Amino acid sequence: MFDLNGKRALVTGASGGIGRQIAIALANAGAQVSLSGTRVNVLEETASLIDAKTHILPCNLSDLDAVDQLVPQAIEAMGGVDILINNAGVTRDNIFMRMKNEEWDDVIAINLTAAFRLSRSVLKSMMKQRYGRIIGITSVVGVTGNAGQANYAASKAGLVGMSKSLAAEVASRNITVNTIAPGFIASPMTDELNEKQRDAILAKIPANRLGDAKEVAACALFLASKEAAYVTGHNLNVNGGMAML
Amino acid sequence: MSDIADRVKKIVVEHLSVEADKVTEKASFIDDLGADSLDQVELVMAFEEEFDVEIPDDAAEGIQTFGDAVSFLTKATA
Repeated sequence: MFDLNGKRALVTGASGGIGRQIAIALANAGAQVSLSGTRVNVLEETASLIDAKTHILPCNLSDLDAVDQLVPQAIEAMGGVDILINNAGVTRDNIFMRMKNEEWDDVIAINLTAAFRLSRSVLKSMMKQRYGRIIGITSVVGVTGNAGQANYAASKAGLVGMSKSLAAEVASRNITVNTIAPGFIASPMTDELNEKQRDAILAKIPANRLGDAKEVAACALFLASKEAAYVTGHNLNVNGGMAML
Repeated sequence: MSDIADRVKKIVVEHLSVEADKVTEKASFIDDLGADSLDQVELVMAFEEEFDVEIPDDAAEGIQTFGDAVSFLTKATA
């Protein structure tokens, strides 16, 4: 339905469940995709699931010099970047009173500062070409908060505020900036939950099931499409009704 | 008028859709020529491309008028 032929996308965290599905969805719609992440073998696994040629651009987002290199590398590999997916994220959960400075700093650096740097870096060419799509993957907890995740929730709420501000600045240049806030998405991590933990989670989700990473990827595909040109500054909730915000 | 001034004027006229005779030495991009702050960033990008120079952020902030742009670029390309 959505045609991304001729578009070039950079996806961070393309080794993870959601990032991988987003990369696949964009590629299936015709986009040329650059996959970034820290684990090269897992990125190669993602690449093997995509028929078209992809580019693997390893990057440790806690290394700000490496972050500043990533967009130039993607531009060199693909000739430009039309779609940036700031998907990479980490958690360092701890209750607030025990949270270490490093746990706070690491999460803010990777989830928020790297997204800021990558977005700034990609804007120059997007402004010139008068077209761009920047999509951040946030989280339901960025809006609702979550015990034990003050750092993570702050980073995700920060990403929403950053994206809305940027959206206002660049809307006149046909660049849209949106975020997607997944709820509980099935992943290797959620597979390890025991039945009791699982039931406790499901009790909070009206849809009575976990989400699928493909359902998040479908939203990213829409926001990346030219059809979504009039949607900007939005935070799209994909959470089975768990929080209707 | 120098060749540099002509090229700068052409960029300003095209980018801001203003009449060439409005683009005077003292004309401020924002106050006189209707640019917003994003236009100003784009003008600097266009100058960089046209003259194949890099304009650092602090220098870019000092380029407020047509005359500023011409004198900066005259020095930068000398």
